[in-house]
Amino acid sequence: MNRRRAAAFFGPPPTAREKGGVVCRSGPETAPGITPPRPYDTPGVRAGSACGLYVHVPFCAGKCPYCDFYSVRATGERMDGYTDRIVQEIESEAGRLGRKADTLYFGGGTPSLLGARRLIRILEAAKRGFGLENAEITVEANPGDELSGLFRELRAAGVNRLSLGVQSADDAELRLLGRRHTARQAARCVSDARDAGFENISLDLMLAVQGQTERSLERSVAFCADAGASHVSAYLLTIEPGTAYGKNREALRLPDEDAAASLYLSACAELEKRGYRQYEISNFAKPGKESRHNLKYWRCEEYLGFGPAAHSFLGGKRFFRKRSIGAFLRGEAPVPEGDGGGFEEYAMLALRLSEGLRDARCLARFGRPVPARVKAAAKRYEPAGLTVCGPDGFRFTPRGFLVSDALTAELLFAK
Amino acid sequence: MEIPRERIRNFCIIAHIDHGKSTLADRILEQTQAVPLREMENQILDDMDLERERGITIKAHAVTLVYHAKDGRDYAFNLIDTPGHVDFNYEVSRSLAACEGAVLVVDASQGIEAQTLANTYLAVDAGLEILPVINKIDLPSARPEEVRKEIEDVIGIPADDAPCISAKFGTNIGAVMEQIVRRVPPPGGDEDAPLRALIFDSYYDPYRGVIVHIRVRDGRVKPGDVIRMMSVGSEFTVVECGTMGATKFVPCDCLRAGEVGVIAASIKEVREARVGDTVTLADRPAKEPLPGYRPVQPMVFCGIYPADGAKYPDLRDALEKLQLNDAALSFEPETSAALGFGFRCGFLGLLHMEVVQERLEREYDLDLITTAPSVVYHILLTGGGMISVDNPANYPDPSQIAEAQEPIAGAHIYAPKEYVGNIMELCQERRGTFLDMDYVDADRVDIHYELPLNEIVYDFFDALKSRTRGYASFDYELTGYRRSRLVKLDILLNGEPVDALSFIIHEDKAYARARKMAEKLKEKIPRQLFEVPIQACVGGRIIARETVKALRKDVLAKCYGGDISRKKKLLEKQKEGKKRMRRLGTVEVPPEAFLSVLKLDE
Repeated sequence: MNRRRAAAFFGPPPTAREKGGVVCRSGPETAPGITPPRPYDTPGVRAGSACGLYVHVPFCAGKCPYCDFYSVRATGERMDGYTDRIVQEIESEAGRLGRKADTLYFGGGTPSLLGARRLIRILEAAKRGFGLENAEITVEANPGDELSGLFRELRAAGVNRLSLGVQSADDAELRLLGRRHTARQAARCVSDARDAGFENISLDLMLAVQGQTERSLERSVAFCADAGASHVSAYLLTIEPGTAYGKNREALRLPDEDAAASLYLSACAELEKRGYRQYEISNFAKPGKESRHNLKYWRCEEYLGFGPAAHSFLGGKRFFRKRSIGAFLRGEAPVPEGDGGGFEEYAMLALRLSEGLRDARCLARFGRPVPARVKAAAKRYEPAGLTVCGPDGFRFTPRGFLVSDALTAELLFAK
Repeated sequence: MEIPRERIRNFCIIAHIDHGKSTLADRILEQTQAVPLREMENQILDDMDLERERGITIKAHAVTLVYHAKDGRDYAFNLIDTPGHVDFNYEVSRSLAACEGAVLVVDASQGIEAQTLANTYLAVDAGLEILPVINKIDLPSARPEEVRKEIEDVIGIPADDAPCISAKFGTNIGAVMEQIVRRVPPPGGDEDAPLRALIFDSYYDPYRGVIVHIRVRDGRVKPGDVIRMMSVGSEFTVVECGTMGATKFVPCDCLRAGEVGVIAASIKEVREARVGDTVTLADRPAKEPLPGYRPVQPMVFCGIYPADGAKYPDLRDALEKLQLNDAALSFEPETSAALGFGFRCGFLGLLHMEVVQERLEREYDLDLITTAPSVVYHILLTGGGMISVDNPANYPDPSQIAEAQEPIAGAHIYAPKEYVGNIMELCQERRGTFLDMDYVDADRVDIHYELPLNEIVYDFFDALKSRTRGYASFDYELTGYRRSRLVKLDILLNGEPVDALSFIIHEDKAYARARKMAEKLKEKIPRQLFEVPIQACVGGRIIARETVKALRKDVLAKCYGGDISRKKKLLEKQKEGKKRMRRLGTVEVPPEAFLSVLKLDE
């Protein structure tokens, strides 16, 4: 594929560096009299710094009733065509952009379904194209299948992090969630991963699912700790329209809002007790084991997505690929989503993180600190225990996270 | 075409709402072939969208038509349409004063209703020849002979030769036309006397300034004349004279005694050409104006605020434009802690208020928040003196009040007799005093009550309609002021009083109303990041309380794979939403919350 064609594929223009020019973005957030930030491709992101790579693997053995990520049935032929296409795009984009990447994340869908051969082909292409020096390389997998061989091959090929969809340590809850594994199989899966040499293992838990109690949740957290997980993603079940859950919501016996809130707060407390520090609304890690890749999303740094339904943020632009394997295989161009990286977007994402919104980061990105108006608004919610404010910025508490949609809007837009 | 004065017929059509006044006007227009068929649109005289939709006439209109009668001669018919609502009674009386005759339309199935009588009495007072017409005989439920008897018994005018027509189907319209020729007297007046012309309507035309509808009583007026408005005192030079044809303006050299027509004189606001005023000539003024002028007095007041504070200048412009055309509308700037900048507006009545609100929203595309309507209270102060209060914000401290008085209206309600119980129940709830009750016919009654005006402006029409399944009709007029036990009810959100929700109410009604308002607000105020107590209090005493619980969970828990678009869209939506919200202290209140407490369904 020549350069022009590739550009048509991936929307955003070549980077400033490539054109030999300098893009100096100083949006309306830049206060007069303050030196504009250094030249960046994306505001606040050092030109040419390493970006993240995301590969969406849209194959699943079956659809879980709550899940609205894009996935289709896996067939060998489809997966081969998909792999060819991904490799081809990685190569052409790498050539066009000339960028380095330091994280690679295989998400899904169920990436493990792709098998070691295809995953490694893609991984190798990414290494050739984007370096991936000292990179965090994550593959998502679902317990229930025999994965020890796969794990070994992946580990040998350089994958250094696994994210396993455990969801719960309670078989009744797992059944109600429509998962195809048991707690015992999950435990087995984690130990296979450890045996294959993985030290960085993340487990997913779901909160406020049918039948969940504080006790069962406590057991699920204990399961993660006992299994030796270095990272836990614990997210509140959201009923998405279009999913099986969304279609027969009335039939579900879900905890009510208050009960869901309590479950979330006790999950936070329980995980902290076990040494997992909360660093994002739904993410907890042993010190130093935070997901470097996911942090790029929340810190508003650059990433390039491959595959159907994959989202990207590059060169100040956001764009995504359609939720269609067909469109992807045909090579349909990405859909532009306009400019990204403005202050509101940055703040919205930063406030998902326990580090919160800080002067130093805002100064580096926008040439000015957190607006005094926003700090003052945050201060108003400190007595109620929703925020923790310091001189250099503020963050949300777990109770603040629970209402973070309303709270963020309140802080950013309150008149 | 000159038509001599003895062949001029000045008449209006009067009727209760929906009895077919405008449809008959259309048929008359057709009979005179004043309107080419392709231009014929139903109810041509109601030219505001709102009038057509509501099926009521808000403004008077007049057209000059030429009718070729059976006697072989041409007659000039000046048809003056009258507003069809009690709020506009004064305008109706001025329109009637411009005529010699009135066609009284009565629905053959409904019979006589409240406004049939109210309008007929006005017409009789104006000394008009009344021509009853029984309409809608095409309806299966038509009972023309009974209605004919009703007209004779209840109104007391002969109706034996009242034509039975169907305006809808054009049945027997010719009979009406011929009766107008035969029975409406030709106008009188002295053409050589100093000019005296009655203004019965005026409206603003962006190109020609105010177009003044006049009935010339004495003298004549022509382009170039300097005219004087006798009560306002202002003077203008007449630019054009003419008559309004069914579809267009027809200029003429001169308007003479007996004639109905329009003048344009570069007048900038309708307030300069007030309905009821007398036009005379500056260099040869009449000694006495025509009787009956009175300046309009707003009876109902409310605060009108833009839902989006930034639209304040737009609201001001829109009100100014409406006022160009509506001398009865008054407004002055007002500031509310809750609602920001807006206007205190005065109206003739509740319908007038609704019409203005709808026009602001529709024609000027404004999103409005209106406060509860208020009437004008008289407050006698302990220190002596009396103040008029139409705004709860100006209600004095109880310690300064020697006596509070509220306006009282005499109300007539016409309804089938089976609803008497419901109506009396409603009137009792509304602090009414029963005066008397008459049978209009075997099945229907006229119930006469004395009602406090503030009970009428507050949702009375809707309540009456729902309790009589739409069968009752209603009419009222202000009769005076009476001592009353009034209190000011305040609403507090999160401990802060919300000025826009305060209102003045009778002590006995305060508790029930307070509870309903608190409940409604609880329903309409979304859960916030903290608990919001809603309190209603009178003189510092809390009489109702509700609580909006704090938000517990509002979070998009999953934000993976780099797809932040949903979160971003949500944030955009919230940003827009916040603009709509009214901020009262720390509490965000959607505009709907203000509206909902103004209409508390029974």
